[in-house]
Amino acid sequence: MLTLQFVPYSEVKDLSSLGRIRKLLNMAKENKIVLLEGRLSKEEEAELIKTTMEEINASFRGIELAVVNPNESNDDAFSKLKSTIASALVGNRQGFTIIGPATIIKSIKRDPNKLQLLMKDASSRVSKKHSKRRR
Amino acid sequence: MKINIMSFIGSVFKKLFKRKKLIKLGIYGPVNAGKTTLANRVCKDWIGEELGIASKIPHETREIQVKEKVKIRSNDKELDFNIIDTPGIATKIDYEDFMKFKLSEKESKQRAKEATKGVIEAIKWLENVDCVLVVLDATQNPYNQVNITIIGNLAARNIPVLIVGNKVDLRKANLKKIQNAFPQYKTIGISAENGKNMEEFYEALFELVK
Repeated sequence: MLTLQFVPYSEVKDLSSLGRIRKLLNMAKENKIVLLEGRLSKEEEAELIKTTMEEINASFRGIELAVVNPNESNDDAFSKLKSTIASALVGNRQGFTIIGPATIIKSIKRDPNKLQLLMKDASSRVSKKHSKRRR
Repeated sequence: MKINIMSFIGSVFKKLFKRKKLIKLGIYGPVNAGKTTLANRVCKDWIGEELGIASKIPHETREIQVKEKVKIRSNDKELDFNIIDTPGIATKIDYEDFMKFKLSEKESKQRAKEATKGVIEAIKWLENVDCVLVVLDATQNPYNQVNITIIGNLAARNIPVLIVGNKVDLRKANLKKIQNAFPQYKTIGISAENGKNMEEFYEALFELVK
């Protein structure tokens, strides 16, 4: 069964960067696809990749990640300033972040206005699990 | 007269011992974009030797590789670079993917282990570069989170970036798509493998570091 877990911004806003990364990564390691309200900062994205790499093993093969800010490219200078001030006051609530385990999500295809989650077919996931058990 | 002689000697000494500034040029990008092929092309062009091994198997480069003091000339200007070739950045590494390239299970697991360390090293090295070439495969969709994260992190650190769309000799290449994805950066299309557009690349590199 596939689980999509929505995480409201309020659940991560008081966490440190490391705490936020840990929380999201733990959920992905539980084979959940996480939909976070808001975005990680650029530094947090890099840290998330680093932490993911540190934890890769035979059962956890990494994550698929997409951080989406729908207004980013179209904003004029004033709107950008407004959103910077808003981010400083209430955090990066705009947009959303999707994180899922690479054993479930094959890839996230992204175009400026479209996001597609391509899933691995269940049979290949099952056969991987079985082959893991055999080893 | 005495003062003149002293200042002349001083300037000669200064010229003799003045250390030319070395520019630490990082080569970053996703896996299999052609980073090492580009590093090899640049090193071959200017010092006649290659830097690393490039291959079709993902994560061939699993350690930071540096070629020091590579003197590059473009339009009568000359600069010294430390070329830093980094492992491809990825969010996932599955050892079973390497087995498709006929590596044994043991070799694949070892490669995966080394590759994860390589990605961590590459991210850590972001602190040690003066400017960066972000090498993207022009035949692939540029709207990839790894590309966005790399470029975003460089922007956050105010590190100058030149985007290199590699493999433009291939039919599927779409340089325009890269330019549209990252309009705030200069993008240059090259083929590192066959040397296409390298003159323009060097000009763009000198523009980046001026």
